[in-house]
Amino acid sequence: MIEEQIEELLESINLHRSFDKNTPHIVINANKVLRSQVVEGLTIEPEELSDGVKARLRVEKGYKILQPVHLCFGMLPERGVQRIILEVQIEDEAEVSFLAHCTFPQAVDIQHLMNAEIKVGRKARYSYFERHWHSDEGMVRVVPVAKIELAEDARFSTEFELLKGRVGVIDIDYSTVCQARSSAEMKARIFGRLDDRIKIKEAAVLEGEASRAVLTTHIAVRDEAVAEINNEIIAKAPYSRGHVDCKEIIQGNGIARAVPVVEVRNPKAHVTHEAAIGSVDSKQLQTLMARGLSEDQAVDLIIQGLLS
Amino acid sequence: MAILEVRDVSLQVNSTVILNGLSMEFWEGYVHAVVGPNGAGKSTLANVIMGLPDYRQHTGDILFEGKSIKNLNVDERARLGITLAWQEPARFEGLTVSQFILASAKDKNKNEIDRVLELVGLEPTRYRSRAVDKTLSGGERKRIELASILAMKPRLVMLDEPDSGVDIEAIERIFEAIDHLKKDGCTILLITHSPKVLEKADHAFLICSGMLVDKGETAKILEYFSGKCLPCPHKNLPDLNPGGRE
Repeated sequence: MIEEQIEELLESINLHRSFDKNTPHIVINANKVLRSQVVEGLTIEPEELSDGVKARLRVEKGYKILQPVHLCFGMLPERGVQRIILEVQIEDEAEVSFLAHCTFPQAVDIQHLMNAEIKVGRKARYSYFERHWHSDEGMVRVVPVAKIELAEDARFSTEFELLKGRVGVIDIDYSTVCQARSSAEMKARIFGRLDDRIKIKEAAVLEGEASRAVLTTHIAVRDEAVAEINNEIIAKAPYSRGHVDCKEIIQGNGIARAVPVVEVRNPKAHVTHEAAIGSVDSKQLQTLMARGLSEDQAVDLIIQGLLS
Repeated sequence: MAILEVRDVSLQVNSTVILNGLSMEFWEGYVHAVVGPNGAGKSTLANVIMGLPDYRQHTGDILFEGKSIKNLNVDERARLGITLAWQEPARFEGLTVSQFILASAKDKNKNEIDRVLELVGLEPTRYRSRAVDKTLSGGERKRIELASILAMKPRLVMLDEPDSGVDIEAIERIFEAIDHLKKDGCTILLITHSPKVLEKADHAFLICSGMLVDKGETAKILEYFSGKCLPCPHKNLPDLNPGGRE
């Protein structure tokens, strides 16, 4: 039964043939931990809740986990709530990358709520790639909230991708505090269709000298989908640097709103932003159509490029 | 035989006449040049032939292989085999050179990508995965655009100012690609005000203020253009007539 559920979840993310059981991982269906595997230096302590799972992930000081750690959070039922509470601690000088798959293949009405507290130690490196796999028709409400603390010289990157299936409702709220010489990169790429609702708030506070942050959001909305992006960098320390980049393409009756906020509290800090919202660039469109692509094919290719 | 015929085409934008009763025949398999000073209407003519949205309100007719294409959209004209290389090619953030070439390629395989990149003098292993964005130089973008056109295998290609913004090596490669297109039977229209590019043509049209001034052998047009047009303080020069445009 458990193996069948694992197989079904992995199949929904196209990993059922290639997944190596010895890879460090944890597979969760609703509130059940189906399987987990750790390697030296990595501990995963899961605890089942009534409506989800709480997990503590720790990489011990100085350990470099070479293989990406797979996190598979899924809901095989059509309806329900999955609450994921993550406490992540990457100790000093440790390195790890996580590859998270959130899959809801039969979703009709599902809520996926995540609360994460992430602490990245001195000179530690942590990357987190999260890919969502939703059904084409159903409604999924995704609410990830993460608070990230970066110690001196830490490196943190996160990327959120939802390109296939319906978004439903997504409400991302990530905030990072960066100490001296640390860096944070946060990127989101989402394609909204029908009446999807996308709300993103990414924030970085550059507390430490020479800390850095780049917030990148690339969104495409079509049909009646709506996107609202509120990205913010506050630079408090000398030589801190930040950049907010928001690009959105709208098609049909889609609506996009971007509010990049930059606040600089130190004369030696420097933060830039760019936001571009519009329909597909006419020159790009005409170029591809002059090669024989239909307008729809050309738009799809341009959006594919933006979201790649 | 004319593969393309421009028949009494005029175009007026607001109160400015840009094309004024142009009639031209482009013979199949030839390299034609449309030459003229800045603001003569050369690029506008190419855009009208391609059917770009802002250039559809012209009078007169355009015939491709004897049939009117006036009511066809850009992509419909392209599927007949007509295409255009812009003076300044578009950038495509996130799209790789391979994806860009493959989008227009008739033969959708990796070998075709490599073949056309080599034809324009770009090493496939270095360029396949590059993004078609601002990281490429102007000359590289021109050559990649030309590679995508070679992969399309068009019947008629218009190259708008092919030497604009490129170095000597790049222009030599572009000329080689033109030779290759011609060898494959493609009809080529070079839109230019450069004598060096004009020399590549078998036949040329000289236009000025949207009107046809002369046509014929390249040497004759080149002599007239170099002797009379280049020194001429033309009325469409931007500082003399802000309404003038190409």
